Amino acid sequence: MGDYLLLIVSAILVSNIVLARYLGNCPFLGVSQKMDTAVGMGMAVIFVVTLAGMITWVVQYAILNPLGLEYLRTIAFILVIASLVQLVEMFLQKSVPALYKALGIFLPLITTNCAVLGIAIINIQEEFNFMQTVVFSFASAVGFSLAMVLLASLRERFPTARIPSAFAGMPIAMITVGLLALAFLGFTGLTG
Amino acid sequence: MSVVKEFTKGFWQELPPFRLVLGLCPTLAVTTMAENGLGMGLATTFVLVFSNLLVSILRKLIPGKVRIASYIVVIASFVVMAELLLQAYWYPMYKALGIFVPLIVVNCIILGRAEAFASKNPIILSLADGLGIGLGFTISLTVLGGIREILGSGKLFGAEVMWSSFEPLGFMVKAPGAFVCLGFLLGLMNIISRRRPAH
Repeated sequence: MGDYLLLIVSAILVSNIVLARYLGNCPFLGVSQKMDTAVGMGMAVIFVVTLAGMITWVVQYAILNPLGLEYLRTIAFILVIASLVQLVEMFLQKSVPALYKALGIFLPLITTNCAVLGIAIINIQEEFNFMQTVVFSFASAVGFSLAMVLLASLRERFPTARIPSAFAGMPIAMITVGLLALAFLGFTGLTG
Repeated sequence: MSVVKEFTKGFWQELPPFRLVLGLCPTLAVTTMAENGLGMGLATTFVLVFSNLLVSILRKLIPGKVRIASYIVVIASFVVMAELLLQAYWYPMYKALGIFVPLIVVNCIILGRAEAFASKNPIILSLADGLGIGLGFTISLTVLGGIREILGSGKLFGAEVMWSSFEPLGFMVKAPGAFVCLGFLLGLMNIISRRRPAH
């Protein structure tokens, strides 16, 4: 049990997927201007990353490894993720319309979110077992959402701040993320 | 003339990742050293040129509805080739870039060029576009890597370049330094492009 707790703390705080592992930066900066879109995107990512982590793990150990096709991992995983996103979209539309309404516009964007593929590959590289894969995928996605909500709450204050005009928009957002990452560096060593 | 135009736009007008803010993950992650930036840039250029070529050749055959999925398969195939080539001929770089080699597949610049350019233009123009954007990306990454390497470890391409009493700013080679450095470069680009007359 302690191992899993360590895995969770390390995935969310110490090696935060965006702020320390540099994954998923495009959506992180792209949809973090408002709080509600940040929360929506975060929920969609948690959902898809956890599912994708489980399925790609099964694909790796049940299909690619026995057939000796490890070198096809990149192609296989991206196809799994792309079709998974499509399936989730259709499933939600039919059976959980309320959730589809909330997450709808974020789902197609997730295919090219490198955090999804990145986490799937890390799961394999770290040789996690199935349970660790589930926990690590979920916790990493929670870390992504946490960072995104934090950034969105900071960016919502930009309009009232006096920012040099050349730095308005993306440059100041980058520097803000840098400071956020600096704060997260403080968690280094927390898990030993 | 338009071949030249498509080739050169990647160096200023549409210079990634500064003018097109796409492909940020590799930009931030591998630029702790100029050499890694160069390696990542070249690997991305390889994938970009060949995926642009193939998408352009197939542009009349791919049905509109499944085009994104087809582009992803094309890109993923070239990424696997790049992965195997790096493993065979430039193993230290393969190790240094790590997880970001397979992640070239989700670099939005490549899918963006396939969708916005190669799927609508003839082969020669698409090649010029891919090569220009790819080399622009390579130069950006090398410059960013160079700045971070000089400030963060006092070296450039592994050779000492700063005076002996220089204290390296350790945080420049860590994640915060990447974001802050890119933020300042973006701001600087804005100032420069404002001075130049708009095209």
